[in-house]
Amino acid sequence: MRMPLDQSFVGRSYPPTEPYVVGREKIREFARAIGATDREFHDPEAARAIGYPDVIAPATFPIVLTMASSHQQIVEDPELGIDYTRVVHGDQKFAYARPIVAGDALVCVNTVEDITSRGGHDFMTTRSDVRTEAGETVVTVWAKLVQRGKEDVA
Amino acid sequence: MTTSETTYRVTRADLVRYAGASGDFNPIHWSERFATGVGLPGVIAHGMFTMALVSRTVTAWAGAPDAVVELSVRFARPVPVPDTDEGTEVVVTVSERGQTDEGHTKLALTATCRGEKVLSLAQAVVRKR
Repeated sequence: MRMPLDQSFVGRSYPPTEPYVVGREKIREFARAIGATDREFHDPEAARAIGYPDVIAPATFPIVLTMASSHQQIVEDPELGIDYTRVVHGDQKFAYARPIVAGDALVCVNTVEDITSRGGHDFMTTRSDVRTEAGETVVTVWAKLVQRGKEDVA
Repeated sequence: MTTSETTYRVTRADLVRYAGASGDFNPIHWSERFATGVGLPGVIAHGMFTMALVSRTVTAWAGAPDAVVELSVRFARPVPVPDTDEGTEVVVTVSERGQTDEGHTKLALTATCRGEKVLSLAQAVVRKR
């Protein structure tokens, strides 16, 4: 007995998140953690030399904002009823208008873009539109989560 | 066509550091007891850590830290990271796959660990400076 995820959630968007203010030290910490030594991730002067007001963030940095906010809003939505103990990360995609820059105050709008059920598993694609407070699109982030069926035996 | 290959060493310390930097504290990435309890072979790397290594290869290939226009992957297999000084290795390759309509460069990417593909459908679009 198992209820597939409710298809009527497709297209649902959640309220914009509180602005996340991107710190220079957070970008440096993230860059160090992934071993990225490009000077533009660490040194504001180097970033200014290629046209940015402060250090820029590595390409996967947006996950810091989007994973937390989409988890809080969508995965933990009691009406949707996802069992996170059965969830694995399927796909991940980023499309950038520009790199995130230290000092950005970023708002995420999280949307359930797609839900499908196949072979006893549920597949949910979430989209996070990451914008400045002024409404400038910075990056769009998609994650596909797979909720494995309860009867799944590897 | 240019193909380049980069090998990254991944240890438990890297996963702890990444957990702190990213805010992803799922215990499958640091607790052997928890990971084996949910049926994994042991502690595994964050998928997003592997994707971050791929992003390093892409920006190195492009020669610019802000060159990435699009980056996408499918997580095909976990990357088990043993509790040893050596940890494990992830090998990332990047090869050119033509141009987009906008004149950007398309890249095909692979990531393997112990000879097995850990990502599929991995690709990027990069801007020429």
